[in-house]
Amino acid sequence: MTDAEIISLVNDSLIEEFELESSVMVLEAEIFADLGLDSLDIVDMVVVLEGALGIKIRDDAGLREIRTLGDIHQFILQKKRETEAAS
Amino acid sequence: MRRVAVTGMGAVSPFGRGVTTLTSGLVEGRSAIKVLAELKEYGGMRTRLAALVPGVDGKEIPRGKRRSMSKQSIFAVLAAREALAQAALSETEYGSGRYGVVVGTTISSLETSESFFADHFRDKSFSRMKTSLFFKTMNHSAAANVAHFFGLEGRLLAPAAACATGCQALGYAYEMIVSGVQDVMVCGGTEEFHPLSAATFDLMNAASFRYNDRPELASRPFDRERDGVVCGEGAGVLVLEDWQSAKERGAEILAEISGFATLTETGSIAEPSSAAMQRCMVLALADAGVEARSINYINAHATATKKGDIAEAQALFGLFGDQIPVSSLKGHLGHTLAACGGLETIATIEMMRRGELIPTRNLNDIDPRCQGPRIFTAIEKQTTSLALKNNFALGGVNCSLVIRAVH
Repeated sequence: MTDAEIISLVNDSLIEEFELESSVMVLEAEIFADLGLDSLDIVDMVVVLEGALGIKIRDDAGLREIRTLGDIHQFILQKKRETEAAS
Repeated sequence: MRRVAVTGMGAVSPFGRGVTTLTSGLVEGRSAIKVLAELKEYGGMRTRLAALVPGVDGKEIPRGKRRSMSKQSIFAVLAAREALAQAALSETEYGSGRYGVVVGTTISSLETSESFFADHFRDKSFSRMKTSLFFKTMNHSAAANVAHFFGLEGRLLAPAAACATGCQALGYAYEMIVSGVQDVMVCGGTEEFHPLSAATFDLMNAASFRYNDRPELASRPFDRERDGVVCGEGAGVLVLEDWQSAKERGAEILAEISGFATLTETGSIAEPSSAAMQRCMVLALADAGVEARSINYINAHATATKKGDIAEAQALFGLFGDQIPVSSLKGHLGHTLAACGGLETIATIEMMRRGELIPTRNLNDIDPRCQGPRIFTAIEKQTTSLALKNNFALGGVNCSLVIRAVH
């Protein structure tokens, strides 16, 4: 998958899981304040993204640094590159 | 001892949303029972019928609140919202600790559990489990969701007594107000249909299947040709309130809950006991401080099982004789299990307020073994001052409420 395809898949997964409007899916959207998620949602977000992308991120320390949708994209893209490099 | 007023009622029933919809369906004598095609896919069961709630998907509840709700919690929240809107209490008091919740269900969400385990058993992994699973399946899920949705911070109880759950919920809520530990209670029962419920009754030869091609005729309480229960779903929730407080704030009082009893008969976990039913009704009358002859109407549990209807009819005849009108609403609604206590209490209060009694649907030829009590078959105009509401459950649980009209 290209980076654009990955980002699209991430956004679509979050929109479906959390019933978000496409209009709020901007890079600077803060996941708590703007997307309306909370700590339980973050746990479920990990499950959803792992399922959608076939990766394991649950124990990744980088998760704790995520603040915005753009952070999620960068985190996932980085993780995907690491996974591909390892394989 | 404090008196207990009913100041709000909310219904999600097999007729649809709202008390008005429930009442009109009953008064018009309609059946909410339909063929559920998917039941053909299941082996080992004969019934193909159910009384499902139409047109409720819960999307009106914000996702952040709905994520912890299975269908039965959604039903309970929507019914509670209608009841609380009618009660028109000050929302600033919801968090006072004096407003509690008693809402129960037969069993936690089977639909949610089935969905999870169907996936889980592929590899026995919990890696795909979401946080909402527990909140949807914990035994007090419906009660907790009602409390959280409205911010009701008093006592929380989730009774589970199968078909007597709703009646018990009302009774326990009534007792909390009588004792003075709570001022307002949002209470009732909720149920979501799952084929397992129907299969369980079917297994015990207590589910209707002879009318699979005539669903509207299937549930026939007290009738000679009855062949069992048709399972349904829904929620019936009432707001109970300290009488004096309700009077002082000028609330419209819909009725009074004036007596309650529940007891367990331990001779059999499945067989109904006429003697235990009668003992329970006697205790409820004593709690209300009224004689049997003072009761003007009895809303029977009568689910259309062979044994249960006979046991209740005999208990009613022994205690009340042949003059007091009796009817069951299961012919219209099927058996909504944990929800039936709330829904049927609401319907009973509506009957008292309207001055007309709703008969038993599909009762064409009364079973000779049910004869004795005056089980009427057409709408009767009547001023009803005191009503008795029965619900009985597998597990040997018996439950009765006494309801006083406010004219």
